[in-house]
Amino acid sequence: MMLGAYLAYSLIGRFGAGPLGYWGGVLLAALAVGALGVLLERTLLRRLYGAPELLQLIATFGVVLLIKDAALAVWGAEDLLGPRAPGLGGAIAIFGQPVPQYDLLLIVLAPIVLAAMWVALSRTRWGLLVRAATEDREMTAALGVNPSWLFSGVFFVGALLAGLAGALQLPREPANLNMDLTIIADVFVVTVVGGLGSIRGAFVAALIIGIVRALCIGIGDVALFGSVVSFAKLTLVAEFVVMAVVLVARPWGLYGQPPGPSAIAEQRDLQVPPGRRFAIAAALLMAALAAAPLLVDEYALVLGADMLIFALFAVSLHFIMGPGGMASFGHAAYFGLGAYAAALATRSMPMELALIVAPLAAGIGALVFGWFCVRLSGVYLAMLTLAFAQITWATVYQWDALTGGSNGLVGVWPAVWLSSRVAYYWLTLAIAGGAIALLWRVVFAPFGYALRAVRDSPQRAAAIGIDVRAVRWAGFVLAGLAAGLAGSLYAFSKGSISPDSLSIPRSIDALVMVLLGGLQTLFGPVVGAALLAWLQDTLARHTEYWRAMLGAAILVLVLLFPQGIVGALGAAARALRQRGIGKRAAAA
Amino acid sequence: MLEVRELQAGYGAATILFDVSFDVGNGEAVALLGRNGAGKSTTLKAIAGWLKPRRGDIRLDGRRIDGAPSYRIARAGLGFVPEGRRIFTGLTVAQNLEVGRREPHAGVPWTPQRLFSLFPALAELRDRRGGQISGGEQQMLAIARTLMGNPTLLLLDEPGEGLAPLVIAQLTEALRALKQAGVAILLAEQSLVLAAAIADRACVLESGQLRYAGPYGEFARDAQARAEWLGLD
Ligand SMILES: Nc1ncnc2c1ncn2[C@@H]1O[C@H](COP(=O)(O)OP(=O)(O)O)[C@@H](O)[C@H]1O
Ligand SMILES: [Mg+2]
Repeated sequence: MMLGAYLAYSLIGRFGAGPLGYWGGVLLAALAVGALGVLLERTLLRRLYGAPELLQLIATFGVVLLIKDAALAVWGAEDLLGPRAPGLGGAIAIFGQPVPQYDLLLIVLAPIVLAAMWVALSRTRWGLLVRAATEDREMTAALGVNPSWLFSGVFFVGALLAGLAGALQLPREPANLNMDLTIIADVFVVTVVGGLGSIRGAFVAALIIGIVRALCIGIGDVALFGSVVSFAKLTLVAEFVVMAVVLVARPWGLYGQPPGPSAIAEQRDLQVPPGRRFAIAAALLMAALAAAPLLVDEYALVLGADMLIFALFAVSLHFIMGPGGMASFGHAAYFGLGAYAAALATRSMPMELALIVAPLAAGIGALVFGWFCVRLSGVYLAMLTLAFAQITWATVYQWDALTGGSNGLVGVWPAVWLSSRVAYYWLTLAIAGGAIALLWRVVFAPFGYALRAVRDSPQRAAAIGIDVRAVRWAGFVLAGLAAGLAGSLYAFSKGSISPDSLSIPRSIDALVMVLLGGLQTLFGPVVGAALLAWLQDTLARHTEYWRAMLGAAILVLVLLFPQGIVGALGAAARALRQRGIGKRAAAA
Repeated sequence: MLEVRELQAGYGAATILFDVSFDVGNGEAVALLGRNGAGKSTTLKAIAGWLKPRRGDIRLDGRRIDGAPSYRIARAGLGFVPEGRRIFTGLTVAQNLEVGRREPHAGVPWTPQRLFSLFPALAELRDRRGGQISGGEQQMLAIARTLMGNPTLLLLDEPGEGLAPLVIAQLTEALRALKQAGVAILLAEQSLVLAAAIADRACVLESGQLRYAGPYGEFARDAQARAEWLGLD
């Protein structure tokens, strides 16, 4: 979509802004984006079809980062406003209000495109095959349909429409580099609210969200509880509020059907508690990390503390995703809640106490949100966590009086005896290390086994007397507490805190850490966190295009190690050991 | 028609089939028999391209098909009705049939009308969703859907599994009619219920190895063989 806008800008620039040049440019841009989509799908994404859905999502994220920087390199960082559409520059009076002609055109065009899509999917043979292949790819192929071209076709149409949307937006909104993540979120929201796989649902969902947004703009500013709430600014979260309401009332979206067994549930690993060797290795690592301040400079210590904090954050997410089987797309909410709670608490109590109180605030957040979330599963659950995270983000962003709004809060410093870099590093190491060890203990405590039983087969778990929801809820809250602890450590380490700490990119960071390290390993999230923190830091320091580098790195890792780095290492070690056994047997 | 030579196949580290060889002639019905876990489904999946054979070769009308993607094998005229029916539950009966439609290489094509007279039970269910019809109806739909591709050879994996005797009787009738129409059939079965009605020859698998291949009548009369390989009396 972003590319569509940029390409249209360039093409119209080249062809001239006459009717032919303008519409030709828009169409060509859309076609080019469609072609690029197919290229990406056939070279890259198709290698991932066998991989878990979450990994595909991460890979897409890597592609987004790459495209973003490519656009930055070609078109620069400034916003580019396109020329007006020829002949549609004027406005028409409707009910005494001037409405731009171009807006009217879009209002007419959008339903036409949507209707065309709907007809294509529900009334043509192509659409029928797409629906069949989405339900059962293998069986569709057995009936003589080449599913790979079918999916490429879907990709082409999807990318084409996205490109078209971007190009058409050009005269209204300038092309800019932030068009991507919000749009991806939009798309997910519409699909999930409608119910996965339901075209009619997506239709209705898009309509409802559109109306709610328009209402928000219409209502404008309203005084609420003494502070002014701008509904106009809330349009961004309006869709998430809609999604939260819909999912709470209808766990599978408006027209969705209950999903089959979730993809995560099939992966069964992590059965054996780590042995003594693992404990010794972990202790050695802790000792080495504790000795680090003697060896490295202050900058490295700050980075080290960041790594530790993110390791805890990642381990807490892994806790609910791996053993818990509940993917969260909004884990940053608890991180951010912890951070803000810490910043606010230090105003009225000593820092040491704030460090204890703050995670509790995050825990309370998880308690409330979790109560709703644990009723769902799979993608729906993940999207509900995202909705809650976005609502939290919007609240923080809007509540100037308490949270400082977009500026955030400053002056969040640790107690004096902890204020040196080395002291704070040690504190972080002790707390994060301790919390991680505790979470790992829990994974192999009776509660951890109950959690996995619930993940693998809710029915059977219920049959042997496990309270399925309570167990999942407790797991959710525990993860929220740990994430909140990471967040409060982060606040004191940085000295300030902004709404970024609970934004979508922060949640994605956590997902990337867990999946890069390996979902089915205990140690994976720690490695993933360290790697991502290090990559972000080094790349940002050495190149202007760090996003592209990061995106490329993520893609390479995802393609090379679909089970994550630690997962791949584990598999390699096992293979080596087996070969060793084979050789010994042959020798004997 | 179909020639399978020294086929080896398996999953991950486990090898399941060891050097299995057999033929299916033009218009012939062959029963692939064996106990639960003997490797019948694995054999059919390897032939249909759902599973890459480790070794050996498979020919359809003289052309190698082993290792080809399943959609190409289907286009070459091989129809596969897998275990568990695999109906598209979100699509209607008519739409399920439409997904299977392919132009024939030769001869009179199967149409929904012809298929509805082969499986009268389906005729009234046209607009019902695949998920909302009974198991027997789903099985008939699965076969009809594959026939829409006008295959010359039909692979059936335990089509009678879990069905009521009355439905089995309808299915038997339909399979007889299919054989009459000249479609070659490879039927995997644990019992002899459907095989008895149509099979010309029998191939018996045990632990992934072929133990017997010969005329069906001869095998069916041999009580000792039945007991040893199928656990039937
Ligand atoms: N997807 C699979 N992965 C691993 N092993 C399998 C799989 N499917 C079947 N098997 C094993 O292969 C053997 C043969 O199975 P199958 O071909 O299904 O037998 P049949 O159809 O004759 O009952 C069995 O031991 C079974 O456990
Ligand atoms: Mg079987």
